[in-house]
Amino acid sequence: MEWRLDDNRPIWLQLQEQLTRKILSGGYHVGEKLPSVRELAAEAGVNPNTMQRALTALDAAGLTVTNRTMGRTVTEDTMILEGMRAALAQDIIGQFYSSAAELGYTKEQALELLKRR
Amino acid sequence: MGGILIQCQDIWKSYGKREVLRGLNLQLESGKIVGLLGPNGSGKTTLIKVLNGLLRVERGTVLIDGEEPGPYTKSIISYLPDKPYFAGWMKVSDLFDLFEDFYKDFERGKAEEMCRTLQIDTGLRMKTLSKGTKEKVQLILVMSRKAKLYLLDEPIAGVDPAARDFILSTILSNYNPDGTVLISTHLISDVERVLDEVAFLQNGQVVRQELVDDIREKEGKSVDELFRDVFRTVPFGGGVW
Repeated sequence: MEWRLDDNRPIWLQLQEQLTRKILSGGYHVGEKLPSVRELAAEAGVNPNTMQRALTALDAAGLTVTNRTMGRTVTEDTMILEGMRAALAQDIIGQFYSSAAELGYTKEQALELLKRR
Repeated sequence: MGGILIQCQDIWKSYGKREVLRGLNLQLESGKIVGLLGPNGSGKTTLIKVLNGLLRVERGTVLIDGEEPGPYTKSIISYLPDKPYFAGWMKVSDLFDLFEDFYKDFERGKAEEMCRTLQIDTGLRMKTLSKGTKEKVQLILVMSRKAKLYLLDEPIAGVDPAARDFILSTILSNYNPDGTVLISTHLISDVERVLDEVAFLQNGQVVRQELVDDIREKEGKSVDELFRDVFRTVPFGGGVW
């Protein structure tokens, strides 16, 4: 997986966002085991404690579940996954409208352009 | 994460009339990767030499894992100096022998494996290696010890960007998770993402010590940018003398 980290925001937050996207887009399947903290940290080239913080945040959001025997897996609760996927889609749509607004299009015009594409 | 590994209290060190460490305080926990950042001449190398017992402070206390620098602390510290110190006639494998003799915690298998990964022939003599390869060999030696404290003085200064990435990933994947790594550097943007926290050194004192992500959160900028800001606003001469 390719990691992109920018300079102005906390690293753990960016890791969390990118892992969330990967899970929601099926990069990790429902119930799949995630690589270990150290593996993920090495892959992203970040400090393991920072990666740990991002993963703990995924747990807190309910996207992943940690148990003693299996390690950390993607949740099997599809309601949670669907809910978060819908929320992410709303974000993307919001960004689309606000970018279109910057170019001077109303919501209706932007939607019209989108349909014609 | 554990207890306190390094405790420096009000330490002073001068070379002749020049005071380099001026009442420095520093406390570090174990299980962390810490950046020691500061402009040239701020005392980074001196502090590292004090920590590993090569220099004695004139005043103040230095405790590492609860003890003053001495034979015990040397046995738990793995040190990468800012300059190579090996004799040119020695082969890489001779250095492995040397480290095996000196340090109980040296894992030769690990060092050999890293050389294989990097395609470094352990039969070659140090003087035949390029500057970058020499630095890699040194780092391999240092990171192949299972130490409690790694002191790395400018580990990435002299190597190309690709080797830099290798060095950082070597540090990440080989340090003992219970150990602490202290990396001195002024190339902050290169190391920022591997660090837990940073300590800013200025005029022989630690002027700021904070988690990298806390800095980014509070300041809305990277540690590298913060560093440039902090040291730009200081007027010539610092106004402290």
